[in-house]
Amino acid sequence: MQLFRAVILRLLTTAVTLLGVAVIVFVVIRVVPGNPIAMMLPPGATDEDVARLTALYGLDKSIFRQFLIWAGGVLQGDFGTSITTRQPVLGLVLGRLPATLELSVMALVIATLIGGFAALTGTRLRGTRSEAAIDVANGMALSVPDFLWGLVLILLFGVLWPVFHISGRVTPSIELPFTTDFYLFESLVRLRFDLWRDIVSHMLLPALALAIPLAAIIGQVLKQSLKETMHLDYVTLSRTKGYSETHVITREALPNAILPTLTLVGVQFTFLIGGTVIIERMFSYEGLGNMAIDAVINRDLPLIQGIVILFAVIFTGVNLVVDLAYAALNPRLRHG
Amino acid sequence: MADGRGQMRHRVGLRLWLSAGWLTLLCLAALLAPWISPKDPLAQDLFLGRLPPFWMEGAEPGYWLGTDSLGRDVLSRILHGARVAMTVALVAGTVTCLIGAALGLLAGVLHGWVDIVISRLIDIWMAFPPVLFSILLIAVIGPGLGAIILAIVVIDWTRFARVVRAEAMAQAAMDYVASAQVAGRGRLGTMLVEILPNVLPMIVVLLTLEMGIAVIVEAILSFVNLSISTDDPTWGGMIAEGRTSVHQAWWVLVFPLITLFLTVLSFSQLGEGLKDRFDPVLR
Repeated sequence: MQLFRAVILRLLTTAVTLLGVAVIVFVVIRVVPGNPIAMMLPPGATDEDVARLTALYGLDKSIFRQFLIWAGGVLQGDFGTSITTRQPVLGLVLGRLPATLELSVMALVIATLIGGFAALTGTRLRGTRSEAAIDVANGMALSVPDFLWGLVLILLFGVLWPVFHISGRVTPSIELPFTTDFYLFESLVRLRFDLWRDIVSHMLLPALALAIPLAAIIGQVLKQSLKETMHLDYVTLSRTKGYSETHVITREALPNAILPTLTLVGVQFTFLIGGTVIIERMFSYEGLGNMAIDAVINRDLPLIQGIVILFAVIFTGVNLVVDLAYAALNPRLRHG
Repeated sequence: MADGRGQMRHRVGLRLWLSAGWLTLLCLAALLAPWISPKDPLAQDLFLGRLPPFWMEGAEPGYWLGTDSLGRDVLSRILHGARVAMTVALVAGTVTCLIGAALGLLAGVLHGWVDIVISRLIDIWMAFPPVLFSILLIAVIGPGLGAIILAIVVIDWTRFARVVRAEAMAQAAMDYVASAQVAGRGRLGTMLVEILPNVLPMIVVLLTLEMGIAVIVEAILSFVNLSISTDDPTWGGMIAEGRTSVHQAWWVLVFPLITLFLTVLSFSQLGEGLKDRFDPVLR
């Protein structure tokens, strides 16, 4: 019952947050200088043309009225029409979402693998020079943001030793037989490993750039948490039973040490998704973030609104899932 | 154990000194840029385009780190770029810190509706992708140094407010605060005299980290060409340019990138180093 009430409260605050985001974006982008309508029309258009098009996009009404009309549409799944492409915003945004999701999830997987490996190795080799080396590498990975890692990776694996692609999502000359926009996933399902390799080769560097800071955080927190667990009596007991140190770490200590890391990964994952905006731009990867920057440059108000709202939905959604998962996984909260 | 700690402290000290040294060097470079730059950072010379750095064949004397596609001296542009970077770090970092820490303190000490409003605002802010938010703000405010600083302040105050609020709440629950109040101090008095000094070390650490973040934000905005006017050299602008010609002239990307990398690393190592210094457990 207590859990149920907590969930309802959590859902309500999430709704308030999303409403707040919608209001702020709406107000902020309406003070943007530069008339998007004038940019749509060819030079020499009359004032009458401008007025007609302004009315068509509803930009002649008060901000409050515009917001009500827009919010009413959103509740029916209508996010308006993009000013530059004149297509429905929802379709455009959903068309790009899979690319960003695939990139984010791939980065998350890489980060978990690297971070987990670093934490386990560091724990296994504790007290040695190798542990100190891992700590130093971790500290560096943590201090430098994805933006800089992206550039470093471009230099290393795009220029110095050009083994990966540094631009785009797939080689443009390739014909894609896909029906969805989940290229990576669909190429696997269709067993088209030739395509899969090309797609991965495009995604690997941007995903790695996003993954490095998160991997460092996972490595640090999991290692700390393992360190605390390793001192517990039951771990000592299993060691006296004669299990190998590796077994003790991975089978006995790890399951108990993993919970704090899990919640942290959830929160950090939203930061990673936020990072896709600039990383996609840097690697000319056709995802949401790249589209968002174009939309800002082109003053495409409905599109900006749609993308920011979608990001906010993803962020709050991830946080919600993490909180619920934590409540479900933590026995103290479940029965409390 | 005692040995290990001594070693640890030694390493912390080295880290602090190296970072502080690099940052001091940068501040000097920023202040003295007009006098120590070997060339005019804006002077173009198409006959000297894409000259390699001094140790490579085809280098021209005087252009130590080579030139970009327009023949502008890379070293001089990095030195002048330090002016923008350091200004943004110091001004944006400090203003963000003041506003964010003040709001966090108020929320943590006063509770009630002040806390509810500030916490809700933090939640809403956290639901924005920060990079997109800053790009959007710059598009609204228009380019320029002031605009970048304003955007950083508007976006990043939550970094301080969140942490300071939690810490102030923890402090406010302690006995010494209760005894101060029994002794007759008002709530605001308690906040400033009793709680603030205790959260100050943490605020200083956050400030150092924020300065590094501010430098990165400026670079990102220059990278998407939304920073200050295109004439003034910025590291981000140089990096964006270098990214497009990376196959023809890697040095246009590499040198500003190394500078930016070391700067961000220094700010964060300085922050981490200070954190270890302030941490009573380690001491």
